[in-house]
Amino acid sequence: MAVIEIKNVAKRFGEYQALHDINLTIADQEFMVLLGASGCGKSTLLRIICGLETASEGEIWIDGKRVDHLAPKDRGISMVFQNYAVFPHLTVFENIGFGLRMQKLPNDEVKRRVERTAGLMHIEQLLSRYSGELSGGQRQRVAVARALAMEPDVILMDEPLSNLDALLRMEMRAELKGVLAESNTTAIYVTHDQVEAMSMADRISVMHEGKIVQAASPIEVYRNPAAKFVAGFIGNPPMNFLEASPQGGGKFSVAGHSFDGPSAANSNLQFAIRPEDMTLAENGFPAVAKVVEPLGAHLLVTCELDGKLFRAILDSEMQVKPGETLKLSPVQDRIRWFDPETTLAVA
Amino acid sequence: MTAATTEVVEPSQDTRKAGRFVYVTGVVLLCAWVLVPLYFLLINTLSSPETVNSYPKSFIPEFDLGSLTFFAGFDGILTALKNSVIVAAMTMVMSIVIGAPAGYALSRFEFRGKELFRLLILLTRAFPLPLLALPLAVMFIRTGIDDTVFGLALVHTTLALPFAVLITFSLFSGIPIELEEAAWTLGCNRLTAFQKVILPLVLPGITASAIFAFVISWNEVFAAAVLTIENRTLTAFLLQNLDTSPLHLKFAGGFILVVPALIFIFAVRKYLFAMWGIANR
Repeated sequence: MAVIEIKNVAKRFGEYQALHDINLTIADQEFMVLLGASGCGKSTLLRIICGLETASEGEIWIDGKRVDHLAPKDRGISMVFQNYAVFPHLTVFENIGFGLRMQKLPNDEVKRRVERTAGLMHIEQLLSRYSGELSGGQRQRVAVARALAMEPDVILMDEPLSNLDALLRMEMRAELKGVLAESNTTAIYVTHDQVEAMSMADRISVMHEGKIVQAASPIEVYRNPAAKFVAGFIGNPPMNFLEASPQGGGKFSVAGHSFDGPSAANSNLQFAIRPEDMTLAENGFPAVAKVVEPLGAHLLVTCELDGKLFRAILDSEMQVKPGETLKLSPVQDRIRWFDPETTLAVA
Repeated sequence: MTAATTEVVEPSQDTRKAGRFVYVTGVVLLCAWVLVPLYFLLINTLSSPETVNSYPKSFIPEFDLGSLTFFAGFDGILTALKNSVIVAAMTMVMSIVIGAPAGYALSRFEFRGKELFRLLILLTRAFPLPLLALPLAVMFIRTGIDDTVFGLALVHTTLALPFAVLITFSLFSGIPIELEEAAWTLGCNRLTAFQKVILPLVLPGITASAIFAFVISWNEVFAAAVLTIENRTLTAFLLQNLDTSPLHLKFAGGFILVVPALIFIFAVRKYLFAMWGIANR
């Protein structure tokens, strides 16, 4: 049982402001992902919650208790580090049992909990090995098992899968999600990998330049980005943007075509659409195909439209050649609008 | 064309043989450089005083303990030997007790003047000891620690400290901070994290660094000669009697000085190799 409340947290490193006035509440047993490019402050925020870093301003509350002044060990948290941080001088068993030994639990209790968490992470057969004898993936499992063995209220993970190869990462992703769901802990997971974020999170907080730009469910972040940054960051390839000028009466002109836009707005906007929300239609935008990439499941076509690069994902059966002009039409209810001044979404 | 290129790139059989020859010669020369003086020291120590002083020399030791017995019976030698051991042991303990925390602080904390501090540590080795000896002697007399093993150990600690700090600094820097942070999140405070995680990992290096401090003190002669009169260490004692003592005493003394250093380094060679990143075999 642990709700995490982050209130007005700011962090400065000398002149550099790493975090600006962060406010975020993470529900009990929620899986929250902090997503952002490197240097956006996501790891700093995690380290402040953990107590490895102190905030310049603001408060951290865990389970209704203010914890800013507490040492990491007194916060009821466990952390999984990016480089695993498995103690090289201890066996896997002693690594997983390290925190339990620090709590002076009796031997049989330590043994029971180590064996249970090792079983969860499928590393029972490695218990007598040392870190040097393990592969990266196995070390990662040890690090997670060590955090879980503490039976913490909150588990914090700092890019735990980023050092693994792609296949293993996908496997671990699903496994971690399952194990965490069963452990009833609140989890905060830092990553720069949007696929990881989308697939694992209950809620994603997209961070940019030390601020949380949007905190919402993965599908909401994908479908209704709150700001142009989110639209351009999430999705691979990201959203397409075109300039839109008002024609009055809620109509906007985009590359010579007229669309229904936000009725209240009466200034230039940006029209945004996901590549997969384009269809071929007679009355569509004329776009000249530049690069055609058959990706198996579908066809990614990079075109030139209104003087800009524009990507569309089409059916893989389509025969498109570079230089060909396509007639692309957006799916009406998938169109989003952004204010170029504030970069925020306009409804 | 390809054939010509292969010929140029591939070293011929002769070149390889020559390279091998240079390598083997180099190894043999380097070994000889170290081992031959030690061997001479050994045969002269294990020969009777008469043989040591006669000519021509034998290349086979006689296993006569005459020289060593003479050495052991020489007035004051055993006290000097005891002093040397005590001073070196005190130096070893003090260098690590003072040096290791400094090394830890340098590697883990950011503070104003850190770079300057590191420079100053090195600078302590920049002043020649003769320059410092007189003011030190005066200060020691005033504080009443002149001619004591403790006073000398203090001077030796200053000599060994820069190495202790810099070696432990690199040891601590080689341990990822995440290991310590992981320990903190698992219920440790700074002290217990150090004790349970960092210490076991740096212990080999600390041992090596301690032994290095021991050897520095053991071999040091100048400060020992200036700052002690009654309580001489072995090096100072041998230096004092250099012109009056017989040849076999010098050889035996030299042998007794070299042996502990050799044994110690041999005993911790595994840790030294580990410290230098060579796999221990």
